[in-house]
Amino acid sequence: MNPGFHDLLGIEPLTAPEIAFLLDQSQPFQEIQRHPLKKLATLRGKTVCLAFFENSTRTRISFTTAASRLGADTMNLQAESSSLKKGESLLDTVRTLDAMKPDCIVMRHASSGAPHFVARHLEIPVINAGDGTHEHPTQALLDALTIRDRRGSLENLRITMIGDILHSRVARSNIHLLGRFGAHFTLCGPPQWVPRELETLAPNVRRVFAIEEALKDADVVMVLRVQTERLHEPALSVEDYILLYQLTPERMKLAPPQAIVMHPGPMIRGLEIDPAVADGPQSCVLEQVTNGLAVRMALLFQVMSIAPPS
Amino acid sequence: MKVVEKSQLMSATEIDRTLHRLASEIVERTGGAKDVAFVGIRRRGVPISQRLAAAVAASGGPKIPVGILDITLYRDDLSTVAPQPVVQSSDIPFDVDGRVIILVDDVLYTGRTIRAAMNGLFDLGRPRRIQLCVLIDRGHRELPIEASFVGRNVQTTDTEIIEVRLNEIDHEERVMLVDRVA
Repeated sequence: MNPGFHDLLGIEPLTAPEIAFLLDQSQPFQEIQRHPLKKLATLRGKTVCLAFFENSTRTRISFTTAASRLGADTMNLQAESSSLKKGESLLDTVRTLDAMKPDCIVMRHASSGAPHFVARHLEIPVINAGDGTHEHPTQALLDALTIRDRRGSLENLRITMIGDILHSRVARSNIHLLGRFGAHFTLCGPPQWVPRELETLAPNVRRVFAIEEALKDADVVMVLRVQTERLHEPALSVEDYILLYQLTPERMKLAPPQAIVMHPGPMIRGLEIDPAVADGPQSCVLEQVTNGLAVRMALLFQVMSIAPPS
Repeated sequence: MKVVEKSQLMSATEIDRTLHRLASEIVERTGGAKDVAFVGIRRRGVPISQRLAAAVAASGGPKIPVGILDITLYRDDLSTVAPQPVVQSSDIPFDVDGRVIILVDDVLYTGRTIRAAMNGLFDLGRPRRIQLCVLIDRGHRELPIEASFVGRNVQTTDTEIIEVRLNEIDHEERVMLVDRVA
């Protein structure tokens, strides 16, 4: 019944039943967010090492809170203070952290594959909290949980993603996850951010460059973050992006009324999304944040309550 | 590990009769079951609590609210007993503050399950009183916990196991005493 998770490095290697198991396990933890007393003692005495080699606010706070609500302690490595800055290798840094005997390591790194590399060298569970442009598995899980709650099911959904899909690990993990459940994807954005290669990620992926066309028939609209540093390359100005791709209330009218709007955050109002959409009834951005706690608690509980092999 | 059945402790009729007796004891000793709510501990405490509530209602008593509690997150033996635990939902559709909560389980043994269940309840609020109702008390307590309502006391040895089989979960209805054999 329990598939047994040692690590969570990505969504790509997971099967649909394994994903469904993690989502089901997150449900009891959603209830706990509504309790007057949210702190459990389940993982008392355990330590979660949060190794964020790349800056993060929400994911780090979410994992820290998840660990603390399970009764676990956390040790923190932050990008700014990282000894990587002093020239230490990644392997030496994580071996040093591991020598302080944490029970699990949650890791974010700017290089795709870094958590996989670390997992090969450490015995403790490794959770990928975002690696380069590769995967962000817990984001995909919390998105799936939010969709399942709002839509009732994950099966055969029409998913529209808007923005910089090429550089988005959130998009990639979501395509792997929802693709397992038969989703049809419409990827929309400036052509340089929606290259043809993305069509190979899942069976039903199409590219559309006009947002009006992409919104038609969408069950779920995922707006991705636009990093302005990637914008002022000559191809596209911020003004042009807003004009062509901002999710506005007028454009949302083209989507079915029951369509939901998601954003992984941090969200720049007035750039990729209009405030009226971000705060509108179709938006579930704050549910996503709360569900992030539930998913991360479920995952920490799974990897840390498995008895070590004897 | 193999187990062998040693004897049947209760038949379907005896289970039914016992639950009806427990239901009337609960009404009698809680002043008509005012402010009382049942919380069934997963798994077999759940159907038992539902049957108790039905028995109270059938005898003209009040409609007692019934909740479900999963204690997986409150266990103190996670890595030894359940190497790959599965958490299930709890469903307590009433406010526990100020209520008399009667925890319901099939078998009372070490008392650790009940300790875990009480911790789970405290996370939901502050009950006025917590009581415990079990179908079988088999002894061997490891904590200072006693049941307020007991269907039957059974003397057991350490290696014996009480197996409660209920229609709702097991598609048969009886209580057995089984023993582990090496």
